[in-house]
Amino acid sequence: MARKATATKARAKSNAPEFTKDQELHAFREMLLIRRFEEKAGQMYGMGLIGGFCHLYIGQEAVVTGITMASKKGEDAQITGYRDHGHMLVMDLDPDAVMAELTGRQGGLSKGKGGSMHMFSTEHRFYGGNGIVGAQVPLGTGLAFAAKYRGEDTVSLTYFGDGAANQGQVYESFNMAKLWSLPVVYIIENNKYAMGTSLERAAATTDLSQRGLSFGIPGEQVDGMDVRMVFEAAQRAIEHARSGKGPYILEMLTYRYRGHSMSDPAKYRSKDEVTTMRTERDPIEQVRKRIVELGYASEDELKEIEKDVRAIVTKAADFATRDPEPDASELWTDVLVEQ
Amino acid sequence: MPDILMPALSPTMEEGTLAKWLVKEGDKVGPGDVIAEIETDKATMEVEAVDEGTIGKLLVAEGTEGVKVNAPIAQLLVEGEEASSPAPAQEDAPKESEQPGPDAAIDAASQPTVSSKSDAAPAAPQFTPASDPDIPEGAEMVTISVREALRDAMAEEMRADKDVFVMGEEVAEYQGAYKVTQGLLQEFGPERVVDTPITEHGFAGLGIGAAFAGLKPIVEFMTWNFGMQAMDQIINSAAKQLYMSGGQVSAPMVFRGPNGAAARVGAQHSQDFSAWYSHVPGLIVIAPYTAADAKGLLKAAIRSKNPVVFLENEILYGSTGEVPEMDDFVLPIGKARIAREGRDVTIVSFSIGMRYATQATEKLVAAGVDVELIDLRTLRPMDVGTIVESVKKTGRLVTVEEGWPQGGIGAEIAAQMMEHAFDYLDAPVTRVTGKDVPMPYAANLEKMALPSVDEVIAAVNAVTYRS
Repeated sequence: MARKATATKARAKSNAPEFTKDQELHAFREMLLIRRFEEKAGQMYGMGLIGGFCHLYIGQEAVVTGITMASKKGEDAQITGYRDHGHMLVMDLDPDAVMAELTGRQGGLSKGKGGSMHMFSTEHRFYGGNGIVGAQVPLGTGLAFAAKYRGEDTVSLTYFGDGAANQGQVYESFNMAKLWSLPVVYIIENNKYAMGTSLERAAATTDLSQRGLSFGIPGEQVDGMDVRMVFEAAQRAIEHARSGKGPYILEMLTYRYRGHSMSDPAKYRSKDEVTTMRTERDPIEQVRKRIVELGYASEDELKEIEKDVRAIVTKAADFATRDPEPDASELWTDVLVEQ
Repeated sequence: MPDILMPALSPTMEEGTLAKWLVKEGDKVGPGDVIAEIETDKATMEVEAVDEGTIGKLLVAEGTEGVKVNAPIAQLLVEGEEASSPAPAQEDAPKESEQPGPDAAIDAASQPTVSSKSDAAPAAPQFTPASDPDIPEGAEMVTISVREALRDAMAEEMRADKDVFVMGEEVAEYQGAYKVTQGLLQEFGPERVVDTPITEHGFAGLGIGAAFAGLKPIVEFMTWNFGMQAMDQIINSAAKQLYMSGGQVSAPMVFRGPNGAAARVGAQHSQDFSAWYSHVPGLIVIAPYTAADAKGLLKAAIRSKNPVVFLENEILYGSTGEVPEMDDFVLPIGKARIAREGRDVTIVSFSIGMRYATQATEKLVAAGVDVELIDLRTLRPMDVGTIVESVKKTGRLVTVEEGWPQGGIGAEIAAQMMEHAFDYLDAPVTRVTGKDVPMPYAANLEKMALPSVDEVIAAVNAVTYRS
């Protein structure tokens, strides 16, 4: 194992690859859909239409967008933790059904029985939506095991946060993934805070891309606020896994603007920190700026995209508000597969 | 002109203080702009604008306490509202629902739950187990060990379905820590008989992920004592998956290995998990006693589309029994076996508990007590109907298990009899269980901690008022 390969560092910002016009516009639209959807979810939570826990993806949009753009959507499996709404939208799951699951209605992706943290689509190869921090990592490794067992050339894209990176089962998974050369890309969405505990207060070593070092798993840190950087690194990582070279770790340096969940007082970080990230590093504004500067679209054309996205979100919210709650008979269904 | 409403910080919040306005009337705002701060006794939260527009009237003054959730706090003038906009009516309609007024929100969110009609849970579906298959006339009975029966079951199912594979510690090269997987590596190769590192939490989760993707893993725990490391994955990821996904994603797989006390291995290696797993909806839990049941039920478990916890017993691995020589001997999950019919008293047990129960039955029958002996075989779903029918006949019931008494299988059966057979009982249901202590090491203490044949006989004597 070449030591060099395991210690690739984040590339300088100036190395950002160029996106084509189509890529820029696609990324803009995808990220904007997540942003507007999550804002709406936050609003509906505030109105009591969404209950329990609701973890918003606002600020982290570039990560799942860039990864998915570099993957074979619908063939490569994706699995993540509880901050999962963005993943589903980018993977083309129906926004109406996602929002209706948030409101616990019969038309929700899980018939209203899963909630914000538990949505799945075998058709789109999205495996959740997992509420126990770190538990998705062995599961995602198992998806890769199944791909290898069957001789399929699909990759498992397994996301987890900086908090989960301290769970023991993550390292059990790393070990098996490398031992058996499983086609899995571990994407660590490092948004700097595990609930209210900063990475520095929780981790003995904070460069999470190097957490696979003792297993010989290559890893790199990536500017997770720049969708181009995410895309470029993801292409490299996915190709590595797909070609049979085993697992790869991408640490995405990202940031969530909102609290850990809706009921987070956010006393653990300064307002300046949040404001700085929002004004200087926002993943959507970066793309918007490039689009305008490069003349890929006019402000009016961008407004049209905004309008389209808003219409999708409005329709989803409308459906999720009007759709009835599940029938009482659903209480007893789906406990076991009827033989 | 949509209203901006007082948001809730959590589903339990009913009111809060509007601490501060960060905008004034006439300010232009866009999505994500912070417009106010609200406070409760627990937290402070920023209110963000969702729509683009101009702040109209501020309806609630800064510093106002006790503002109810969903009360309008400001008006928002949406762009183009006054202009003779070409916006079609279609756009207006959803806009309205985008910010439903307080009434709409209350209607949608709370009405179904305040209606008493929808509060009552519908009755649980009844479980009806299938009967054992008929053994064809002239089928040869072969005597094999439980260990061989389990191995044969796996081998037959692996031959029949290439999605079935077995993984665990020492299952391949070592031929199984207890030799249950003997010969499988040679027949099926290392791709399907997978030695894992010592990493129960990890490989249980990995197996579940593989099952999500459609494979049918058999995950062996060297013993269920080590399987406790994997309990989160078994319960949270496997058992709950089908329900949480509204029926979309299942985990068709088997977790198996020896359960309960072995001999002189101390507290951490001598634990019975029967009651623990049988508590969990979404799991099937099987604990066979005989070689035939071990084979027929393991085959059924591997074919099940559900996650199955299959509890074996190390002491029983070497015991032998007759197994019918058939192409495909599969037993129904959820069906108890009446090991002996009788009229005086019912003894119910499972797994190694059946050994105490069987020996006690022999002695009791010799003494003139007509015992009906039931082997549960499956713990979840439990064949309560068979026990009830037996108690209707005998009026007396003794349960036998190695597990602890509180919340045990016997405790569950006793509760079931209170609900379903109360009028038929002529004596209190009596439990024979492992003692309520961690397993001691010393030979004499260990023997005392486990149930005994004498305790079963004493319990039967008590419920038949013979003592």
